[in-house]
Amino acid sequence: MATSAVHNQTVDSIPLGEINVANPYLFQNDTVGEYFSRLRREDPVHYCAESRFGPYWSVTKFNDIMAVDTNHKVFSSEAKLGGISVQDMHSDESALELEMFIAMDQPKHDQQRKAVSPVVAPSNLLLLEPVIRERAGAILDALPIGEEIDWVKLVSVELTTMTLATIFDFPWEERAKLTRWSDVTTASPETGIVESFEQRREELIQCAMYFKGLWDQRIDQPGGNDLISMMAHSPATRDMPFLEFLGNLLLLIVGGNDTTRNSISGGVLALNQNPGEYQKLRNNPALVSSMIPEIIRWQTPLTHMRRTALEDVKIGGKQIRTGDKVVMWYLSGNRDDTVIDRAEEFIIDRQNPRHHLSFGFGIHRCMGNRLAELQLRIIWEEILKRYSFVEVVGEPERLLSNLVRGITRLPVKLHAH
Amino acid sequence: MIKVTFVSADGTRRTVEIDEGLSAREAALFNSVPGIDGDCGGVCACATCHVHVDLAWMDRVGPPEEGGMESDLIQFAEGTTETSRLACQISMVPELDGLVLHLPELQH
Repeated sequence: MATSAVHNQTVDSIPLGEINVANPYLFQNDTVGEYFSRLRREDPVHYCAESRFGPYWSVTKFNDIMAVDTNHKVFSSEAKLGGISVQDMHSDESALELEMFIAMDQPKHDQQRKAVSPVVAPSNLLLLEPVIRERAGAILDALPIGEEIDWVKLVSVELTTMTLATIFDFPWEERAKLTRWSDVTTASPETGIVESFEQRREELIQCAMYFKGLWDQRIDQPGGNDLISMMAHSPATRDMPFLEFLGNLLLLIVGGNDTTRNSISGGVLALNQNPGEYQKLRNNPALVSSMIPEIIRWQTPLTHMRRTALEDVKIGGKQIRTGDKVVMWYLSGNRDDTVIDRAEEFIIDRQNPRHHLSFGFGIHRCMGNRLAELQLRIIWEEILKRYSFVEVVGEPERLLSNLVRGITRLPVKLHAH
Repeated sequence: MIKVTFVSADGTRRTVEIDEGLSAREAALFNSVPGIDGDCGGVCACATCHVHVDLAWMDRVGPPEEGGMESDLIQFAEGTTETSRLACQISMVPELDGLVLHLPELQH
């Protein structure tokens, strides 16, 4: 408590203008929440004039974020204007200029999204559910009871990678490649995942060549309901330029991997930090359905999305100018207690648990949201069948990133019923 | 009070009442009719209150505004038809008393 009080005092004593919530170390040491809390209180639409990402606005309250997210005609996602993260896309000379529909505006965004959306639509998910459940069960059955294991590596990464492999109909024995490509896509050299931007570029080109091979096989075989077949056959996507093809694949790999992976880990951590909630769940396993969106709110696996203003506009009383970079901090909006009751608490039986910002809102809202919920629901149903307690037995380690709110290691011990 | 009937994907019909001026989304949620998720809170920012307006009512309900937010969102919902609307954008006025809405199997 004493250290926390001292720390809070430090956050409160920083001049507002010097606060830079995009500093990735604040996410790695999980202290960024204190900064967001202060901004929501004192300066909810905050301007940071100087940072390594250039000047940017931080939008920190739920309703202001909603206002930006649903105003896609004024707030652009276009990659050439910087794209969708506080770190500009296409800013490093040696980086690949990937093109993906999440970083496009209308009308191209709409055409491409519509082409790939059916793979994660509810009717396709009904087909996937038994496969995901069987694979989730197999992952859990292979784990030792009572020994310290890394939950991230053995469960979170495995399950999301298997699901992706299922969606892509990816060669099963080579599915670890998907995990690697996902990590590499969001990596910068300082993270240690790649040594340099050149290495990142090389690996992503290998990824593209691999998928090109799968594409060439499937373009002559009609009717597949995997993602590659869908893209190869849809008029909106079949003639895509190479960097667009690669960009959209990586978008779906990262979108389906980094995010759900961290919600799977984050849920275990949250239940350990809130033993009363864990007990509620044991007493009533049907609460899984309301717990899943609460885990996704709590974790907020993508901390933010960024837009670029196409015209002068006011948000929360602040004057945003044409060309300004506007960052919607979902992680902060998800802790806004003027909209979410007891927002700083993890509560598995909330009334409206899906009323959170983790998927964003508006036309760029997460396309895989129901798949994410499905995977989490399945893994928790299978966990509850097998174990009385997934006990966290050491400190979690967190990713150095201001975009992916990642847990890189989570030591646990399993207790059987 | 205005009456609305929701027909679920399996054919089950549920008729509920709602105060004038509230939305068809609220008519479902406030009366615990399953099949409407309504994630965004009813502000036309997702598409999880997708419904198919019964053909007999389509003239009175009307299509979504062309180029507006509702059209932008509906295009990404699953199984949309010419009678697709977002229930949060259907205001329950007296002319719609007795309205029939068909629910999709699942919301995306």
